[in-house]
Amino acid sequence: MRRSFVNKLTELVSNDKNIYLLTGDLGFSVFDDFRQRFPSNFINMGLSEANMIGVAAGMAMEGKCVFVYSIIPFVTFRVLEQIRNDICLQRLPVKIVGVGEGLTYGPSGPTHHAIEDIGVMSSLPNMVVLSPGDPVEVEKIVGESVHLSSPCYIRLGKNGEPVVNLSNSEIKIGVGNVVKDGNDLAIITTGNMLSSCVNVANSLEGKGISAMVVSLHTIKPLDGKLLDTIAQKFEDIFVVEEHISSCGLGSKVAYYYADKNNNVNLKFIGLPDNFVDTYGEQEFLRMKYGLDESGVERKILDCMKKA
Amino acid sequence: MKTEELKNISTEIRRHLLFMHAISNESHIASSLSIVEILVELYFEIMNTDPKNLNDPERDRFILSKGHAASALYAVLAERGYFDKNVLTSFAQNGAIISVHPERNSVPGVEVSTGSLGHGLPIAAGIAFSAKRDARKFRTFVLLSDGECEEGSVWEAAIFASRFNLDNLVAVVDKNKWQAYDRTNTIQNLKLLKSKWEAFGWSCREVDGHNFDELRDSLGSLPFEPGKPSILIANTVKGKGIPEMEDKMEWHYKSPKITDIEKYMGFLG
Repeated sequence: MRRSFVNKLTELVSNDKNIYLLTGDLGFSVFDDFRQRFPSNFINMGLSEANMIGVAAGMAMEGKCVFVYSIIPFVTFRVLEQIRNDICLQRLPVKIVGVGEGLTYGPSGPTHHAIEDIGVMSSLPNMVVLSPGDPVEVEKIVGESVHLSSPCYIRLGKNGEPVVNLSNSEIKIGVGNVVKDGNDLAIITTGNMLSSCVNVANSLEGKGISAMVVSLHTIKPLDGKLLDTIAQKFEDIFVVEEHISSCGLGSKVAYYYADKNNNVNLKFIGLPDNFVDTYGEQEFLRMKYGLDESGVERKILDCMKKA
Repeated sequence: MKTEELKNISTEIRRHLLFMHAISNESHIASSLSIVEILVELYFEIMNTDPKNLNDPERDRFILSKGHAASALYAVLAERGYFDKNVLTSFAQNGAIISVHPERNSVPGVEVSTGSLGHGLPIAAGIAFSAKRDARKFRTFVLLSDGECEEGSVWEAAIFASRFNLDNLVAVVDKNKWQAYDRTNTIQNLKLLKSKWEAFGWSCREVDGHNFDELRDSLGSLPFEPGKPSILIANTVKGKGIPEMEDKMEWHYKSPKITDIEKYMGFLG
């Protein structure tokens, strides 16, 4: 996803020198080429994240198209009030890009995990929250983001996430992406769990269960039309995410249905409301919390049996 | 403009402030009284601004980083013709456009919404940086409080501004020596404020923030040094103009009573 972001940004800046990338001293090996090709559009802001957000706001006021980039906790939690006051309140179309969604930086520990950022960022008025599920969604969303009039937050994984979508897939901000159709149940996911969800759905297919898989890459605003369609078609809906469910996509979907008095059978497959302080690689931690593919499949099968 | 005229405008601003804070019962009148001359000097002599052309791309920008003194900004904007002076009586009333802290989306002439300290300088630096990149000539002014210099983001922005030689950026510190709950120097030691800014690569001058000749001499010769951001430390008196309020912490909170206004007006001449 990170590579896809940089490639798209490189393409955008090639055509428009009004686009800037501000980084909080992150990007070794990622931005090397970009920095060399566009030295005027690349600014290493150093370890001054609060200033980075304020400067981005000031630049946006002067009509610059600004991307700010760092590891998720440093570009969200650390600078929450700057984002709230300087960007959201002033309604400036700054693009906040965080890397390391979920447990991507597992071994670095809880300071580097990003398992509550969806809750925090989507709580801000005017903020568009984007969590693309594969490199294709990253490319399309980053490309469209430069035309947004509101601020947006784009959360990315790292490098190496499998490509799920076809390169010519229709991906649009605000419109959920139905990656696979199905008849028996729906799996709604966001971000880096997408390819796992597709694999789980394929495995369920072999067991005679047909699952729809939806990538809700736009968490705010939610695609209500698609959620209505899903509720009409399915009794069982699973929300899968590498994030705390009670403040993540799960909570957003639950709120949407509750607000519409839509009494769907919703199940959450995500992280509990805890810091993850066990040392471990992403895959190890996914397993611990039942977010590996067999864990997700098991939970879905268990729920279907009970139903 | 003659100093005498600027003084008269300042007196008018203080009259507005007494009424605005008495009617609304809002705090922070003393914080507003300390910046009257600074704002009047900027808006009536120094800055290139036109109330009839709010979006002129070449206008000088002003950011009130100490947003809690917004009443003074509103009074100056009204006197300068940005909106009708009658609007001032609605200060901090339900449904009013002019609230306790300034909002850029509702008040003509307000460039940036502020209210939390330590936000104005980074934004101003971003504006000034963009102007440099586009070779535009306008300047960006930002007014901070001395207590605000305890915020880390101020110094992050200070490093950035000198790194990019933002000599189109001008910060003014309203050094009124008080903050919310004590004297500034009693809480955190900011005694060497001038040398701190200089060490961060800024060109610094210090003036009496109520003296128009000194304000004009310094702000009329910007940048203080080519290639460096400028900072003016304006020594002021919190509550300036109303003896009862001068240099008193409680006037960070109190508001004047309607029944005392006549007495206070007497001090203004």
